Formats: sequence, C-alpha cells, structure tokens
Amino acid sequence: MTQPDASAYRSYEAVWRIESARVIAALARRTGDVGLAEDLAHDAFVSALEQWPVSGVPQRPGAWLVTVGKRRWFDTLRRKGTLEGKQADLTRQAEVRQRLTGADFDDVEEEVGDDRLRLIFTACHPVLPREARVALTLRLVAGLTTEEIARAYLVREATVAQRVVRAKRSLSEARVPFELPPANQLRERLDAVLEVVYLVFNEGYAATAGEQWARPELCHEALRLGRIIAQLLPAEPEVHGLVALMELQASRLHARLGPHGEPVLLADQDRSRWDPLLVRRGLAALERASELANLPGNGRGLGQYGLQAAIAACHARAATLAATDWARICALYEALAQVAPSPVVELNRAVALSMAYGPEAGLDVVDSLVADPLLAGYYLLPSVRGDLLAKLGRFDEARADLERAASLTHNGREQRLLLERAAQMPPPGAPRS
Amino acid sequence: MRFMMFIYPKLQTQTAAAQDEAWMPSAEAVAAMGKYNDELSKAGVLLSLDGLHSPSEAVRVEFPSGKPPVVKDGPFTEAKEMIGGYWVIDVKSQDEAIEWAKRCPIGEGAAAIEVRQVFELSDFPPDLQAAAGYSQK
Repeated sequence: MTQPDASAYRSYEAVWRIESARVIAALARRTGDVGLAEDLAHDAFVSALEQWPVSGVPQRPGAWLVTVGKRRWFDTLRRKGTLEGKQADLTRQAEVRQRLTGADFDDVEEEVGDDRLRLIFTACHPVLPREARVALTLRLVAGLTTEEIARAYLVREATVAQRVVRAKRSLSEARVPFELPPANQLRERLDAVLEVVYLVFNEGYAATAGEQWARPELCHEALRLGRIIAQLLPAEPEVHGLVALMELQASRLHARLGPHGEPVLLADQDRSRWDPLLVRRGLAALERASELANLPGNGRGLGQYGLQAAIAACHARAATLAATDWARICALYEALAQVAPSPVVELNRAVALSMAYGPEAGLDVVDSLVADPLLAGYYLLPSVRGDLLAKLGRFDEARADLERAASLTHNGREQRLLLERAAQMPPPGAPRS
Repeated sequence: MRFMMFIYPKLQTQTAAAQDEAWMPSAEAVAAMGKYNDELSKAGVLLSLDGLHSPSEAVRVEFPSGKPPVVKDGPFTEAKEMIGGYWVIDVKSQDEAIEWAKRCPIGEGAAAIEVRQVFELSDFPPDLQAAAGYSQK
C-alpha cells in the first residue's frame, strides 16, 4: 500500500468532512440502523485511504463511499447467511439484494436532503439522554471525531466514545426507525433538535468550564448545523430564529474577547468589531423567521429562539449602547417569558428594565428571584444584583454579591473579572462619588 | 475559517462585444452553478456570494506614483485574468475550502478558482489589532 503524503491525507479528510453525514445517512436508510451505518461508513473511508492514493479521489467520492459501505454490509450479511443458513436470513438477503440493485448512485444525490434530515432527527431522538444527543449529533451530523468532541468539552476521549457507543446501542435496542417524525410530531421533535444545536452553541459561547472564556469552534459547528437544518426545513420559523440568534451572537465573538483573552461585556464592547457579515446574515434570518411565523397556520408569532434573536437584533442595530431600544427589549423579554417562562429570562428582563427605567426597576425583579430554587447557585443572579446595587450606591451589598458570584462560577476568566469588579467597590465609610 | 473563492473565467481578449458575449453564461451553466451553490448552502458553509458584470464594463482607478489617480475604462484587452465572481465560505480548514473549489462546475469557459483565506482580527498581531480598533472609532 502506498502511504499517502500529508497533504493528500488532509484532502481525504476534507472529503470526509463534507461527505460523512450524507454517506452515513444514505447507509442508515438502507440498513435501518444508524450505528451500523456509521461503522460501514468508517470502513468505507478506511478503504478509501488505501485506494485513493493509487486510484485518485473518485469523481463522486460520496457515492463511492456509499457503494463500498453497501458492499461491506452485503458481504457481512452473506457471510452470516452462509454460516447460519437460516430462511429468515435468505429472505433478508433477497430484500437486501433488491435494495442494493437499481438506482445505485443517483438516489444518493436525489434523496440526500431527506436522508440528512432523518439522520439529524434520529441523533436527537427523545429515547436518548440529552448528552448522548449532543455527542451523536456532533459525531454523525457534524462529522467530528471522538477526540475533537472530547477536546471541545474538556472530557476524556473514552467518556465521549462510551457515550456514543451507548447512544447507538439505545437507538438500536429501542428499534428507533430511520425516518422523519410524523407531521403531527414534527414541531416537538424539531424542538429537541434545535435544543441540541443551541446547547452546542452555548457551550462554545459561554464555556461553562476551563480557562478559555469561549470555544469558538463549537459555535462554528453549531452554526453550521443550524444553517444545514434551515436549508433542509426552510418553512420552519424557529429554525431561522435559531440561526438568526446564533449568527447575531457569533458576530460578537471577537469583540467580547479582550486582548489577553478576558471577557468583555456587551456594554463595553467595541461595536466596530462586530462582524458585519454575520450581523447581516442574522438580521436576514430573523426577517425570514418573522415572515414565516406570521403566516396563517403558524400564527403563534416568534418562538423562543426567534424572540431571543429579536433581542440580539436590538443590540446589533444600536450603534452605541445609549442608542439601544431598551423598552423594546423589555417587551420582547416579556413575550419570551410567555413562550418560555424561566427565571433566567426574568433575570435578563430585570437587566433590560434597569436599562430602560433605572436600576431600581431592575432590582425589584431581581429581588423577587433571589428565593427561586432554580437560580440557587446560578452565578449571574448575584452578579446582576451586585451591578444594580453598585449603581444605586449600595457598595457593601454590591461587593458581597459580586464576591458571591465569583465563588459560584467555574470559569476562571469570569471569576477574575467578578473579583476585579468587587475590588473596585469603595470601602465601607468612603465618601460616595 | 473564512475563505473567499474567486472565479477567473477564461477571457475573450479581442473586443468588448466578444467579452460580453462570452461572459453571459448558458442556461445549463447557470443551472449547474445553482446546484453547486445549493450544495454549499446545504452543507452549511456558504456565507455570501456574488457574480460580477462583464469586464468590458470595468473601470480601473490607477495610482501612478506621485501623481493623482487616473481613471481608465475597460475593456482591458491586455489583462490575463479578471474576476468573474466570488463566494465567501466558512469551513474548518484550507483543505476543505480547496475541496469545495474542486467541486465547482466550472464548465468550458472558465480557467481557475483562487482560494484565499479572509483575515480575521485575531490573525493580526496585537499592535495591528489595536491600530485597527483605533482607526475605526
């Protein structure tokens, strides 16, 4: 076997990144088993690594990989059939043969959209725990390696590998069919898909652990997934809403990182560093979401992602912090609280209220949240409260809250930022400035 | 990583009319390109794209050293290549960008696609980042 040189190998990997989801999806449709399909696809890629250095990359590498994967599957079945000689297997073989003949390559091209969508819905199937959905989606749909997922989530590779294996086994044991959800379940199942995508984005945007304040590679993967789903389900308003939200938030990725990797809060960001292309794409996606949400039959208005995108858009449109339409943001948070009530939304609404109507208005809402058990241990609650108290000149209470917030976050950078702010509070008895 | 792919169609260098005629693609070429763009979209990598008018309509603003700018009208029959359009794609590596470029249904008329990485602020050294931030204010 010829050893491919490094650059050829990298180009095969690029092919894999582009094709893997489609190949796995095409094989899963035939075998009805996502786990098996992934194994077959990997086997096919291993064959590619052996053959392409000699033969060159085929004209349609995706179709090549599907064909090799199908052959491998058929070989396995035949071997089993010969060994066991069971009638059931023979019937199965006939069925398999039928599926293998006929439109070999072309159906890969034609049905590609639906296949990938089936793959996404299967990876995010409700029989799986949330963590497994995330791992499986990154692996099967985004094409990340176990090692890449482990690195992004700061967990051991073996942990991710185990999660993926278990997830695949659960799908197989629950006999989850490789198909799209029925129309009456589509929205609900789609919610589960969008949740996974946004979880990935958020883990990248506000890293919950480690020294890095953000892990942009996860944001990029989530954005790519969102853009793919928006293309595959173009009539669903919430998909565009989520894409809009992610594009707008991602437009600030550079601006929210200081020169030494420290976080820069929205209020302090240099808005000229917001990425104009992503802002434009975000606003366009939001417009699409709003149009679709207002169509008859969708008459519920924007959903939770669309509303959050609309809030992000208020910031994106404001040239300066002072120009922000805080009253509109308050109204949007109120609408969001109706659609997706949560104390975190209330906390954000409190911040908006304080910007629109003064710190007192915000503090009232924050104080009503202090006893909420869902926010116990949530560092942003004392962080926000500390800020509002500081604005009201109640420095001692502010310092205590900021220090408490610092003790609650697991992100090192954020912790330092909070402690710095706490240290800036004038000492007790100092004259108020 | 963000890359721009520039397409350089084969140039008809004789006259403006020849350039214009060669510039307007056939229906098949448009359909093939549409399918390609669709594929880029469905892969979640396409950020933006544009096609450009014929180079016969191009105008060059040249800056001879020490003199005021000079405006020159096309066609530029001496030019070896002229950009026909571009895509901005968001991919993981240069290899992925190259792989996408290789898939472009370039047809008979075109000569090359150039793949260039787009600068991001983080690619600049800190002093240049500061300068960029400062000048934009």
